[in-house]
Amino acid sequence: MSNDGKVDCSRRRLLVATATIGGLGGVAAAVPFVASMMPSERAKAAGAPVEVDISKLAPGQMMTVEWRGKPVWIINRTPEQLASLKTTDAKVSDPNSDKKQQPDYCKNETRSIKPNILVAVGICTHLGCSPSEKFKTGADSGVAPDWAGGFVCPCHGSTFDLAGRVYKSKPAPDNLEVPPHMYLGDARIVIGEDKGVKA
Amino acid sequence: MSAVNTKLKDLLGWVDERFPLTSNWKAHLSEYYAPKNFNFWYFFGSLALLVLVIQIVTGIFLVMHFKPDASLNAAGVPVAFASVEYIMRDVPWGWLIRYMHSTGASAFFIVVYMHMFRGMLYGSYRKPRELIWIFGMLIFLCLMAEAFFGYLLPWGQMSYWGAQVIVNLFSAIPFVGPDLSLWIRGDYVVGDATLNRFFAFHVIAVPLVLVGLVVAHILALHEVGSNNPDGIEIKKKKDAKGIPLDGIPFHPYYTVKDIMGVVVFLMVFSLIVFFAPEVGGYFLEYNNFFPANPMQTPPHIAPVWYFTPFYSILRAVTYPLFGIDAKFWGVVAMGASAMIFVLLPWLDRSPAKSIRYRGPIYKTFLAAFVISFFVLGYLGVLPPTPVRTLVSQICSVIYFAFFLLMPIYSSIDKCKPEPDRVTSSGHGVKK
Amino acid sequence: MKKLVTSLFISLATSLLFVPSLAMASGTELHLDHAPDRSGNKAALQNGAKIFVNYCLNCHSASYMRYNRLKDIGLTDQQIKDNLLFTTDKVGESMSVAMRRDEAKEWFGVAPPDLTVIARARASEAGSGADWLYTYLRGFYRDSERPTGWNNTVFANVGMPHVMWELQGEQVLGEDHKLTLATPGKMQPQAYDDMVADLVGFLQYMGEPGAAKRKSLGWIVLIFLGVLFVLAYALKREYWKDIH
Repeated sequence: MSNDGKVDCSRRRLLVATATIGGLGGVAAAVPFVASMMPSERAKAAGAPVEVDISKLAPGQMMTVEWRGKPVWIINRTPEQLASLKTTDAKVSDPNSDKKQQPDYCKNETRSIKPNILVAVGICTHLGCSPSEKFKTGADSGVAPDWAGGFVCPCHGSTFDLAGRVYKSKPAPDNLEVPPHMYLGDARIVIGEDKGVKA
Repeated sequence: MSAVNTKLKDLLGWVDERFPLTSNWKAHLSEYYAPKNFNFWYFFGSLALLVLVIQIVTGIFLVMHFKPDASLNAAGVPVAFASVEYIMRDVPWGWLIRYMHSTGASAFFIVVYMHMFRGMLYGSYRKPRELIWIFGMLIFLCLMAEAFFGYLLPWGQMSYWGAQVIVNLFSAIPFVGPDLSLWIRGDYVVGDATLNRFFAFHVIAVPLVLVGLVVAHILALHEVGSNNPDGIEIKKKKDAKGIPLDGIPFHPYYTVKDIMGVVVFLMVFSLIVFFAPEVGGYFLEYNNFFPANPMQTPPHIAPVWYFTPFYSILRAVTYPLFGIDAKFWGVVAMGASAMIFVLLPWLDRSPAKSIRYRGPIYKTFLAAFVISFFVLGYLGVLPPTPVRTLVSQICSVIYFAFFLLMPIYSSIDKCKPEPDRVTSSGHGVKK
Repeated sequence: MKKLVTSLFISLATSLLFVPSLAMASGTELHLDHAPDRSGNKAALQNGAKIFVNYCLNCHSASYMRYNRLKDIGLTDQQIKDNLLFTTDKVGESMSVAMRRDEAKEWFGVAPPDLTVIARARASEAGSGADWLYTYLRGFYRDSERPTGWNNTVFANVGMPHVMWELQGEQVLGEDHKLTLATPGKMQPQAYDDMVADLVGFLQYMGEPGAAKRKSLGWIVLIFLGVLFVLAYALKREYWKDIH
């Protein structure tokens, strides 16, 4: 090897330059491989917004539609059920929906665009099970004597009220997610799209 | 800075007490002394390793999306075929990964053929490198199996009928043949069972063996040291420290040189991947864009280009012998033509290893062999005619004569004396 | 070494000289007309897409092609929805057909093949897949012996009838194997050829929608590798100064 200090210097420069450019190339080459694991066009097409007709959804009823492979609940709440939300305010952990579990246009008392219609992703925020509906109130429900109606997760017992708000001291950390959605006329909802209104 | 250096040294010491890191680095790179006169032909070993890595990495990502399923989907297309188009269109960057894999398959054979030819030019297979050569031939065998299994997976017309023909070759074996090919297919024709087992072989079994053989190939090489274009042993002339006078440490000298070779290779590779991934129907055959149809054979089926020299030899055999039909002997000749290289260490009796010091007879035979290899390869992609069959028969005879007559002609050939020391320093810059 | 390389080149050259004479021996020549190039011509490709959807997509699927991919050729989601979407209501869906395959097989003898990659599959030594399709779609002639009443110059005994005969008119095959227009159609011959060229251009685009992107990325990669080569070469020279 050469003992000439000058030579070593230019060698070092070349080494650094080649390693840098080569390394950049390596990183760039890794991008397609990493990106190939993102959802494909087919997955995106399957995850496209879903249109739902809710004209036949009577008060007190609930329907489930599939969006991006997940159950999305649409619930037409009765005035009594809406009133029950006042009573659960004190029992739920995030009564004002401060955490971003819903688009801004649903950050209100009923967590919905129209007060009676709740649209929520039926996936427990704990570990991803789908809670079951318990609309019966009181001791009949088998949940608790003062149960105001809502949802119970079968996996770890988290409970949610009729606005999808999680009860205090339960495993689930957050309220149920409200997906972006919008109304096409009175009785049609598009789930997954809200036309420019930022979620 | 120096504090960090000390810390790193301590860490290295900690590892070295538990794992032979530094000693292996030295043995295989920084203190592996390679002859200083490597030329162009010596790039292809490291390039073969590069292509292996490309194939494994792209292969892993393709497996994430590919479905080995011959049943028809709702549109009436085999699921396997549709999943390849799914990769080409719907998977982000899937087209690039797939083209890299399909180009890599052909590139693998180009690089390996060059690598093997290098061995023949400079007598790299001769004592004491017989085992390196045998491991290399086993790698070549695995590579052919890997390519064959992989070619069925896109489930196009060429995939299907190519597999049908090759599997039926095994039925030529007397007595057990028909049962053997049935067993290989797992069905009466190439079908879903065949596709699934070929997938298993292509992505798990053969690659495992291949990687093991590559390790053995390199370990054997590093045990005896590399040959060189002069075909002389650099270990015969050592300095006081026991370092070969004509040897230079592999790292950094050949690492920087091979990096240069890698960049040139990647440029050629990218030209194909980005501008002509089908290479005129040779790397990706046009007919393979039709889904497999067991009811209809394409008008002309030919194997992919890298198998065609051997395929031509198969077709060249048209005479029955010893009461067994020509089909059997064709299969034997094809197998022999691919594997006869393994005998080279024992067929070659020349006093000189390298072509540089060999006589005119060997050079003539080698040239005739190379020509016949190319002509056979070319004929293999064409449909047979009487003239072509005759030419391929002549070429097959030359092909085998190169090997079988070698003990005679290599020993009577007039060789030039080998030098004591290597004669040039390859591409080195002279002062 | 030099001698060896030259002798190798000579041997290769002779073998290559020798080889074409072998290729000549092959018989049946398929003559294909050269398809006009429509790649990059968005208006032509959009027209091709419209013809494809109107004439082909009734029987043939293009099941790997998603409608929203047509944004490549300059269409918006809304345009696709309004003008091209007949079989589905989602732009993310692929171009499928409503016709059942078993019924189709009964009618035509074979189920109409999926056309997504037909332009790639139909390539051969005789010409590109586009050339084949361009010749094929202009090569229908009246043949009373065929159940559909139609035959084709490049696809003998084809199962498909001439779908666009009202546009092209009726051709007949002469003794000299040349086609002549016996009954003119709604379109002038030149206009028909142009329309077929647009359709073929679209089929070629559909065979590999990413082809244009692939090539433009290729230039970037090559330029990058060129820079890297200069550095790697300089680095190699720098180290190999030591070796005498």
